[in-house]
This record gives sequence, C-alpha cells and structure tokens, in this order.
Amino acid sequence: MTVVKQKLLALSGDEAVAYAVKQSDVDVVAAYPITPQTIIVEKFSEYVHNGEVDTEFICVESEHSALTACLAAAATGARTFTASASAGLALMHEILYVTSGCRAPVVMTIVNRALSAPINIHCDHADSMVERDASWIQIYVENSQEAYDSTIQAFKIAEHPDILLPAMVMLDAFFLSHTLESVNVLLDATVREFVGTRKIPLVRSHEGKLVPFKLDPKNPVTMGPLDLYDYYFEHKKQQEEAMQRALQTIKQVHDEYGEISGRRYGNGLIDPYRLEDADIAAICVGSTAGTTKVVVDQLRAKGVKAGLLRLRTYRPFPSQDLREALENVKAIAVMDRSNSFGAYGGPIFHEVRHVLYDAPTRPQVVNYIYGLGGRDMPQTLIHEIYKDLQKIVKTKRVEKPVQFIGVRE
Amino acid sequence: MSSEWKFTTKDLAEKPELLMPGHRACAGCGPAVVYRQILKATRGPIIATNATGCMEVVTTIYPYTAWRIPWIHTAFENVAANAAGIETALKVMKRKGHLKHDHIDVIAFAGDGGTYDIGLQALSGAVERGHDFLYVLYDNEAYMNTGIQRSGGTPHCASTTTSPAGRVIPGKPEYKKPIADIMVAHGIPYVAAASPAYWRDLITKARKGLEVKGPAFLHALAPCPRGWRYDTSKTIEIARLAVETCVFPLWEAVDGEHSLSAPSKVIALKPERKKPVREYLKNQGRFRHLFTPEFEHIIDEIEHIVDRRWKLLLKKCGMA
Ligand SMILES: Cc1ncc(C[n+]2csc(CCOP(=O)(O)OP(=O)(O)O)c2C)c(N)n1
Ligand code: SF4
Ligand SMILES: [Mg+2]
Repeated sequence: MTVVKQKLLALSGDEAVAYAVKQSDVDVVAAYPITPQTIIVEKFSEYVHNGEVDTEFICVESEHSALTACLAAAATGARTFTASASAGLALMHEILYVTSGCRAPVVMTIVNRALSAPINIHCDHADSMVERDASWIQIYVENSQEAYDSTIQAFKIAEHPDILLPAMVMLDAFFLSHTLESVNVLLDATVREFVGTRKIPLVRSHEGKLVPFKLDPKNPVTMGPLDLYDYYFEHKKQQEEAMQRALQTIKQVHDEYGEISGRRYGNGLIDPYRLEDADIAAICVGSTAGTTKVVVDQLRAKGVKAGLLRLRTYRPFPSQDLREALENVKAIAVMDRSNSFGAYGGPIFHEVRHVLYDAPTRPQVVNYIYGLGGRDMPQTLIHEIYKDLQKIVKTKRVEKPVQFIGVRE
Repeated sequence: MSSEWKFTTKDLAEKPELLMPGHRACAGCGPAVVYRQILKATRGPIIATNATGCMEVVTTIYPYTAWRIPWIHTAFENVAANAAGIETALKVMKRKGHLKHDHIDVIAFAGDGGTYDIGLQALSGAVERGHDFLYVLYDNEAYMNTGIQRSGGTPHCASTTTSPAGRVIPGKPEYKKPIADIMVAHGIPYVAAASPAYWRDLITKARKGLEVKGPAFLHALAPCPRGWRYDTSKTIEIARLAVETCVFPLWEAVDGEHSLSAPSKVIALKPERKKPVREYLKNQGRFRHLFTPEFEHIIDEIEHIVDRRWKLLLKKCGMA
C-alpha cells in the first residue's frame, strides 16, 4: 500500500464536502441553500468567486431547478454536483426519478434533516430514507472524514460506464455538518488523478450508430422520450441491473481509494465493528455508529460479546454481505433514525429483517426508532438496547419487536 | 436590433427538416407548424429541450423519434432549468477544451401550461440569471396533452374541460395572463410575439432570439384544431385572424423597446382594417356558446378587452 502525502485540516462536515467537490474537477454545480447544507453552497461560492475552481455555479431559484440543471448539464457531458436536505430534497423528488431514469450520474450531498411539519432543522433520516426507491446510490457516512472521502468516491462510482446512476452521500445534520473535525485531505493533483475526466460511454442511437451518450449536435440522440408498456419495463430492469453491479463498483472504488489514502470503511458496503465473535449486535447508519462503538468497547471490557454493523451503503442494499457478517449473531437491534408511519418498524429494519429471513440461523431482529428531529442518542440509551438484546438471547423471547426509544410516553 | 440574416423561400425549402415528418401530431396541428418554422431559423449546431406536453409526446415515442438534433425532455415545469443546465455545461466544457463545437445554440420549447402556470418559476429564474437561450412558448391556450384543460393562457370565456361552457358560468371567467409583458419586465434583451400565419415574421424573430446574447422569449400563437374545435384546414386562417382582429398583435421588444411588427403596424396605421373580434371567435367551437342570445353580450366585452390591450400596446410602441 502506498499512502500518499496528505494535509490535516480542521473542517466541519459541510466544509469537508465542499473541499472534496472543489478538488474533483466538477464542471457544473447548481444548488439552493437550506439549513444545514448552506455551508456547502456558501463555501463553494467562495471558491468560485475567488477563482479557486474552474466550475460554473448556477445559483438557481429552487431545488427542483437545481437538480434539473445538474441533470441537463450531465446529459450534455458535464460532471455535476448539488447538495440539499429535508424540504429541498422533497421538492426534488420528481426529478430524482428523472435523473436516474435518464442515467445521469449526478452526485448530491444530503445533510440529513427532519421533514416538516412541525418544522425542525435537526438530524433524522426521514428525508433520504423516503427516496430509497429512486434508483440513486445511497451512502451514509459516520464522520466528516468519511464525508470527504465518500464524496470523491461518489463521482467515480456514479460515472462508471457500468453504472451511470446518480449517487447521494448522506451526512448527519449538525452532528457532522456543523462540527469541526480533523480531516485528512488528499492533494489536489491526487484527487484529480483519482476522479479523472468524465468518460462518456457509447450507446446505439436511433440511427443505428454507436454514439457518445450525451447531447451532441454531431451525433444527435433523443433523451427522455415517451416510453410506454412496450419498452419502459426493460429500461427499469436495466436500472436494477446497474444497481446490482454497483455493489461491486462501490467496493472496487472504495478499495482503490483506500490504497491511496490508507482509509477504509469496512468493505465500502458494510462497516462491521468487533462483530466476528459477537452474540449480539446493533445495526445503524450515520454518526450514531461513533457513539455505539464506545458502548461496544465498554461492553466488551465487561466480557459481553457485543458488536456493531454500520451500514454504509443502503442502496444498493448489500444483502449478501450483511447475511454473511451476521451469520453467528444471535440477536440484532436495528436502529432507525426515521419512521415509516403505520408500518411494522423503520425502513432499515424492514430490509435487514427481510434479508435475514433467508439466513440459516434466523437470528432475532428487533427495531428501535430513535433520535427523530435531532433528539440526542446518548450512550445510556444504546446500553439499554444492548441490555434488551442480552435478555432476548437469554430468554429466547422478544417482548417488543418494534419500539421508540428516548421519547416521552 | 436587426438580424443580418436574409433568406428566400428557396433557402428555407432547401434547409433540411430538423423535425422529421411522421410524428404523431393531429392533422392541422398549429404547434407542429410553429416548430417547423422555428427550426428553419437555426444558424448552426443546436440542442433542444422540451417541456412535457403535446409536442414532447407526439415527436417521441421510444424507439422512434422525429428529432434530427440532440433533444431532451425531463419534466413539465422545468424546461428553462434544462436549458440553463445545458447552456452552462456547454460554456464550461468549451472553456476546458472538452467541446468540439465553437458554439451551440440552446432552444427550449414549452406549451402554455409549461410556461404561464407550472413552469413560470423556472423560467423567471433562468432569465433572471441571464442564460443564453431561446425560449419558445407555443401557445395553444390550454393543456391539450391531458385533454383540453384551462391554463393561465386560455382566453376569457373559452370553453375547456375544466372551464366548460355551463348554464351559469360561460367558459373561463378569468382573462389571459399577459405573459410576454411579464417577460419584458424581467429586463431581458429580446421578447417577441409571432403567429405562424406570418411565417417570415416568425422565422425572423426566432433567428433574432437565437442571435441575441442572453435570454430571448418568443411567444408563438399555435392554434389547435382539437382543443379550439375548428376544422383542421383552418389553422393558418385562424392564426391570421388572431392578428387581424388584434386579439394577438405581433410585436417585439428589443432591450425593452417595443415596436409593432408589419402585419400589426398596418392596422395601427389604418385602424379601419382591424376586423371585429367576432370574425375570430365564430369559427371556433370553444366560443360557440357566446353566439347565443343569453351570452352574446360577452362578445362585446371581449372586443372591449382586446381594444384596451391593443391601445396599451400602441402606447408602448409610440403609436398611440
Ligand atoms: C408535475 C406534472 N403535473 C401534471 C402533469 C400532467 N400534464 C402533462 S402535459 C400537461 C399539460 C400540458 O399543457 P401545455 O403546457 O399547454 O402543453 P400542450 O399539451 O397543450 O401542448 C399536464 C397537465 C405532468 N406531466 N407533470
Ligand atoms: S391536440 Fe392540438 S396541440 Fe396537441 S397534437 Fe393535436 S392539434 Fe397539436
Ligand atoms: Mg397548451
């Protein structure tokens, strides 16, 4: 492994993202401010106005136009980036599907924030969880370092000719976005070389020619046509196939990046912590993993075989990796920082439990909905979860499969 | 501003069609004629983008397309943001040496629904930011693609499926939004109103819109035999009557300075040439209910509104 020269900077999560975008030779950024994402657009505007980047920043009038402009610029051949949160992402909803359907590799940062009403600017994952079916790659990060690293990786994953799907990188509002951390950054030239210039794959046009997949007067293509029951279904299946291929590409890009930077987050899909011989384990995404690791260490010190599986990639969902990693775990607590109202538990719970249905050991899986609207998730509550798991293992009985934690009755 | 470009009918005939025949527009479709005329005005490589609506639907159905130029549709309300993204991408890619062409024009097409109503925000934002593109509003005065529902561009008392000519309410109670005036108020360099009946005027205006640096807005009246309920052979006749009755006068505003275009100037100079609005209304089924004793007074009302808007325009053009 040849770890290259790096610089240590004090950056907030948002600043770390802006810094990564600055280094990634992005052609077009179109974005609209919303707390807690604002620092990203402000920082980036500074870079543009100080001549530090060769990027056009379109200061659009809405998030709907932000994503549209990125999608159209990407269709023209540009590398594009946007960022949003909460209401902004909800306003983009329609265009999320159009972007992936047009196979435009836009990269977007989402600073996870609760959805209105009541209005709340703090962290939960409701905004991005609801977009899980939009055919976007979704990567949730644990800290600002990972936000920086994952943003750079996202360009390479999304633009990979086998993938051509947009990618979202999620970081937790305030816990990460506004908190200063030491972040190791690569040199500009290293990032440039890693992301390269955008490669445009060839496709067969309606004239039967192999042409670059972009809006090009020399080789005209029609994008976003009417597409009814005779072809639409095939096109959607192609998107699913690209998603499945992305499991490999995400790992591969994560490995290549690890070679250079010396930083790895599990295998890029899942990031297990002290899981090998664990009897009980929690599963979560985002910054809560940091606190949970501390709790795991405390339990381990007392001889409790506790572990953690942080899900880094939520789309595509790493079913196989998850099943293998949890092979010998007896009881699992899935922590969801969002709720699916009226459902049987939160979105991550649905998926994890569903995947483990096929596991030969069929462990007990329970769900905790926590931290909505930025409610703190302290060590004490995480200890309670592991205590519940120990009880489940001992009694082989689950009293409450789904519960809210850290909330007034 | 005047375009250097001079063209003969032969030039136009020899210019390849960029929108191929065989698309699925109805017989007599006004928007299809408008598109064809506008595409005769191109000056080089071009990328087009289209809002959702009739023309998006009839020119593409996978795996077929009528487009000979690169074309993209993304949604209904965002065509101006498409244009913004394309224009910006071209600018930066050229700067970085990733573009083979010296210049590529960008043209955005949208119907009245995609412009007066759901697309107004994106349009306002894009022209405020000054992107260099031509926006074409093909105005068939209702949401035709979804079955003739009223829009902000539907004229007073026209019958549509959401403003039907009822026993109590005779069509659309509201008036047509002065969309082109709204665009002039944005301070953009070029705004024009055109009718396919005056094709030379329309083509010239499209060319000016492409040539001008910055945003240009072309408001093209585009009669729709389905939605307006008239015989498919009468599209151009109706497009002409709209101008002759001053229901849809032809003008342009260059850097905010208004001037009348020839067909309307003639009427300004010889007011006796102005035809009564009833001539325009009478061949269209959407106004049929006005030709009844109960609602006939509305025709005078419409005449009155047309006169008032015409006088305001004359004033702006310094011809009052
Ligand atoms: C967000 C959204 N709302 C509604 C629709 C349904 N819709 C499709 S086309 C259309 C009307 C288009 O009207 P207009 O812009 O006037 O174009 P025309 O069909 O008349 O050419 C509507 C309402 C849609 N596609 N997207
Ligand atoms: S409904 Fe009207 S606008 Fe639509 S294709 Fe037919 S004639 Fe053209
Ligand atoms: Mg219409």
